[in-house]
Amino acid sequence: MSCGVLAIAEQVNGVFRKVTYEALSEGRVIADGLGCSLSVAVLGSGIKSNSESLGKYGAERILVADDAVLEEYMTDTYTNVIAGIVAKEKPCVIILGASSRGRDLAARLSARLDAPLAMDCIAVRLDAGNVVVTRPMYGGKILAEIMLEGEPRIIAIRPNSMKIAESQKTGTVEDIALDKGSTDLKFIEKKLDTGKVELTEADVVVSGGRGMGGPDYSVIEKLAGIFGGAVGASRSAVDEGWRPHADQVGQTGKVVSPNLYIACGISGAIQHLAGMSSSKVIVAINKDPEAPIFAKADYGIVGDLFEIVPLITEEIKKVKGL
Amino acid sequence: MEVIVLLKQVPSTESFVGISENGLSIKTDDVKWVINPYDEFAVEEALRVKEAHGGSGSVTILSVGSEKAVEAIRTALAMGADKGILISDSAAYNCDGLQTAKILAAAIKSLPFDLIIAGQRAVDGDNYMVGSAVAEFLNIPAVTMVMKETIADRKITCSRTVEGGMVVVEAPLPALITTQRGLNEPRYASLPGIMKAKKKPLEIKSLKDIGLDAAGTGAPKTKIISLKYPPERKGGRMIAGETAADKAKALVKALHEEAKIV
Repeated sequence: MSCGVLAIAEQVNGVFRKVTYEALSEGRVIADGLGCSLSVAVLGSGIKSNSESLGKYGAERILVADDAVLEEYMTDTYTNVIAGIVAKEKPCVIILGASSRGRDLAARLSARLDAPLAMDCIAVRLDAGNVVVTRPMYGGKILAEIMLEGEPRIIAIRPNSMKIAESQKTGTVEDIALDKGSTDLKFIEKKLDTGKVELTEADVVVSGGRGMGGPDYSVIEKLAGIFGGAVGASRSAVDEGWRPHADQVGQTGKVVSPNLYIACGISGAIQHLAGMSSSKVIVAINKDPEAPIFAKADYGIVGDLFEIVPLITEEIKKVKGL
Repeated sequence: MEVIVLLKQVPSTESFVGISENGLSIKTDDVKWVINPYDEFAVEEALRVKEAHGGSGSVTILSVGSEKAVEAIRTALAMGADKGILISDSAAYNCDGLQTAKILAAAIKSLPFDLIIAGQRAVDGDNYMVGSAVAEFLNIPAVTMVMKETIADRKITCSRTVEGGMVVVEAPLPALITTQRGLNEPRYASLPGIMKAKKKPLEIKSLKDIGLDAAGTGAPKTKIISLKYPPERKGGRMIAGETAADKAKALVKALHEEAKIV
């Protein structure tokens, strides 16, 4: 069997997303299991010098496509370049992060290559040479084990689901010849808040729901802030216009699995629970002792969040010595 | 403006989803079926695009599914779409995302279109895949996770959501876009709308009708080998205390000493 695992890196302004390290680390495990090598494709502009660092996550070869045309992610140019790399390298597995960009690329690539794709994988195992992934369906209400048949198998991994493993190894950086093909899409502009911690990648998420009573999330923001965490919201808070859509946690928003999820004034509708139940530790704060969220929380506090959350913030500051 | 909406009927998100005896599919007896929420945004946007262009052209709803999906298509027609096409074929029941995209693309080849709108994902399989794959098979550009779009001079300008913000890109028509929450607020079907929908054309076609056979869709490349429920979370400990300050202190102590997370 032709083999080789190809990871696809994702960088924004030269900085790699955390999920890139997760994809590489998991890619290394798969490559070891299959007894083959791990390469990583890095696409962008002016990114060659940063790319070398990816070797320590297990990539033997770092394939760099450095070109002004690749400065901004465009589905068609990126798909063309990756398809070119695949034609040359013939990997049996492609692994990348299921970010908004990663999902867009993975879907188009799957159709281009007529290759099996599993989105948002949270675990990968090898079974007699077959690749079996675990992925949530129905917004996390069900976990499915999926066998991928045909090559290359495309595995898009959910952020915060796989362990990052560093090694002492270094990889060799290779420039790759480009086949960018033609592009239909034209980049106009981007508006990014790079200081904002991405909800799906955050180690700590503090969310506010209907109990917030309005758009003032300052108590939540302060608590999230001391952890370097992200602020989330329930659907009702988003529907009220208190928070942007991008902050919504739940079956029709984002699914998060941080180490710590703190739900404030969130009753715990089934759609919301689906979006956060895979968090490692859940804390719920709610006025209503009967709120369903308490049945899923490791720690629950009945009380007024506006009184309790600032006190928690102060206590954590003490413990952290801030 | 000819707009096609790709629509899927799915279990409503407030439904409990149960696993059937065989462990490979879900129980469908008690499920309430609805239009995939992201496809509702697609229907609404299609209607707005048509209205913004003087109401000329048409909005066509295209779906693959069992005959039950007729209900979802009728709902979209009641919202104001002009006609519906359902590809319903026993050979298409257990298709994966790639096969579904091949079927949709084959059906679209005989239809006029300027714009295709699809949900970013269906909330059953959560694959985020079919829209992009249809665009690839039709060899047209796709912009996914669109929060806002405007059309002028045969070009569509889209704001797509990405981590931490928004990217604006432009694509020539014909193109495909997928929806993001926030794109619009879908209208409800009105009573006159529901009455009118009963008389609107809704065709049910087989794979053969759209020029496909089993070979045309290929074999499924992703196969479910088991379904299970996620590990049950047990309610843990309620933090007691006389005052709010006591509770806050006890919680942080527990997070620090037991959970070792702070």
